[in-house]
Amino acid sequence: MSNILDVQGLTTVFKTHDGDVKAVNDVSFSIKAGEALGVVGESGSGKSQTFLSIMGLLASNGYSTGSAKLTGQELIGLPTSDLNKVRGLRMSMIFQDPMTSLNPYMRISKQLSEVLVHHKGMSEKDARASALAMLDRVRIPEASKRFDMYPHEFSGGMRQRVMIAMALLCEPELLIADEPTTALDVTVQAQILDLLGDLKRDLNTAIVMITHDLGVVAGICDHVQVMYAGRIIESAPVNELFANPQHPYTAGLLASSPRLDVVNSDEKLITIPGQPPNLQRLPAGCSFAPRCPHAFDRCIAELPLPRTTTTTSSTDTPHIKACHLEDNKGLAA
Amino acid sequence: MLGFTLKRLLGAIPTLFIIVTLSFFLIRTAPGGPFDKERSVPPEVAANLNAVYHLDEPLWMQYGRYLGDVVQGDFGPSFQYRDFTVTELIFRGFPVSLTLGGSAIFLALIFGTLLGTLAALKQNSKLDYAVMATAMTGITIPNFVMAPLLTLIFGVYLRWLPVGGWEQGLDQVVLPIIALALPQIAYIARLTRGSMIEVLRSNFVRTARAKGLPERVMITRHALKAGILPVVSYLGPASAAVITGSVVIEQIFSIPGIGRYFVQGALNRDYTLVMGVVIFYGTLIILFNLLVDLVYGLLDPKVRMQ
Repeated sequence: MSNILDVQGLTTVFKTHDGDVKAVNDVSFSIKAGEALGVVGESGSGKSQTFLSIMGLLASNGYSTGSAKLTGQELIGLPTSDLNKVRGLRMSMIFQDPMTSLNPYMRISKQLSEVLVHHKGMSEKDARASALAMLDRVRIPEASKRFDMYPHEFSGGMRQRVMIAMALLCEPELLIADEPTTALDVTVQAQILDLLGDLKRDLNTAIVMITHDLGVVAGICDHVQVMYAGRIIESAPVNELFANPQHPYTAGLLASSPRLDVVNSDEKLITIPGQPPNLQRLPAGCSFAPRCPHAFDRCIAELPLPRTTTTTSSTDTPHIKACHLEDNKGLAA
Repeated sequence: MLGFTLKRLLGAIPTLFIIVTLSFFLIRTAPGGPFDKERSVPPEVAANLNAVYHLDEPLWMQYGRYLGDVVQGDFGPSFQYRDFTVTELIFRGFPVSLTLGGSAIFLALIFGTLLGTLAALKQNSKLDYAVMATAMTGITIPNFVMAPLLTLIFGVYLRWLPVGGWEQGLDQVVLPIIALALPQIAYIARLTRGSMIEVLRSNFVRTARAKGLPERVMITRHALKAGILPVVSYLGPASAAVITGSVVIEQIFSIPGIGRYFVQGALNRDYTLVMGVVIFYGTLIILFNLLVDLVYGLLDPKVRMQ
């Protein structure tokens, strides 16, 4: 299958008064049509900034280098006017906070239909009809009654459905969901994830799920990549990563997820000691080395480059890690 | 909406009552009286005048009489311009002040939001600093300095525009309108810049960008409506202040507006004229504030609900 998104050596830097901050550091990956990619990592790991860079939505003091191609079209360095012909049409993004991501001063109907009028050149009337159909599709009850309401008249879960409907209006090749369920309560989370799963199956849209919730990844994603301090440190098919993590950080993340099905012997939540590094003063070697229980001399001296592990089960979806440790050290908790 | 308007109008009655009462007694505490200037008036003539205008009655009776008249919409005759009632004077001066103040506010709204938005879009650029520095200067220089300065430059040295007057040509209104608008442009520009910077960083603007809307549509359709809300709330009191507060400008450019009557009335102890103008100004401010609340409701659906 062909790649929808091809990212090579993407680096994003923010200029600040205290010097440059490298939020995304030489990141490479790809996504195939109909694939769901999970991107996990803690706050500040660069998972959101990677995709904001691709969407051209960085804060004004940020800039990106490297390459990100959407079915062959280069996006990095594309002028805003050209980017506006791509985003919303061929790729779209939904955000963490549905309460503030919709325009509070505009009716839902208008916020949806303007996308179709702009990208597809539809008449206002046709755009409204299509938008309403999409609201039905994301299972908004009594959509026609709610169509002309304002965002504050919707609940959080419904607003996120509206955001999803808005993102899918033009049936994009790529949907980026930046922590779409974080601000919602658990039952609504499950509904939204079901919805995204169904849409992926029906529309064959490639989905990127940015999250720090490994449960979300397990539920919906085919492939996972783990980010730490702006780099991808491990990438593997979802089952393989969960069963056989090869990077100590991934193993730590998995171990620190609270589980209801396994009773912990001392009933304590396991955490990874220490803090993520300051992105302005990254260590010369592995950025995780200071917190890593397995670190040795080479980890501090030399940056580990991504390499395919010997545990790779399929050459189509290799298991990749950026770590000096030998493979199969039995890191799984 | 109608119920809200009615409620607010009814609520204005006690406010106006307080305004009338306070200003009635305040102006009476000022030393002197309306007929002090007329030199060598024989005592019996002064007594006669005082009797005609009921100035010989105790103050509380005069107050009661005045209140009764005002309720019936009668502001009484002017003490100074004896052929005119106060109402006539107000309605003669008001169109002039309204033209002047209305044009100034209109100008301020257009240029203020435009400059503020530009500065916000180019935040921390040279353009931004230039706009903000100019705005700060515009705010700090008072009317009575700016107006003579403009007169001096464009009226006296360059001889491009007349230095005063009214009703003889459109070029006469240019300087007073600019003098009146400049500080308002400056203030609105600063207000717009501040709120636009916040709005441009907000999540819903990011959503609008993610939708691929062209920059121009994103700004005009999404950002501006939210960015302009603080300006709207400022505009109510500001409009009233500009229309009524053109007192200085009207004096400098000798414009026969309502502000001049106010100053003249106060200097001449023209009790009825001052009172009339004060009540008129008070009503205007109340009405403008009501208008702002109604416009706010149109702009913000959350306000409309409540």
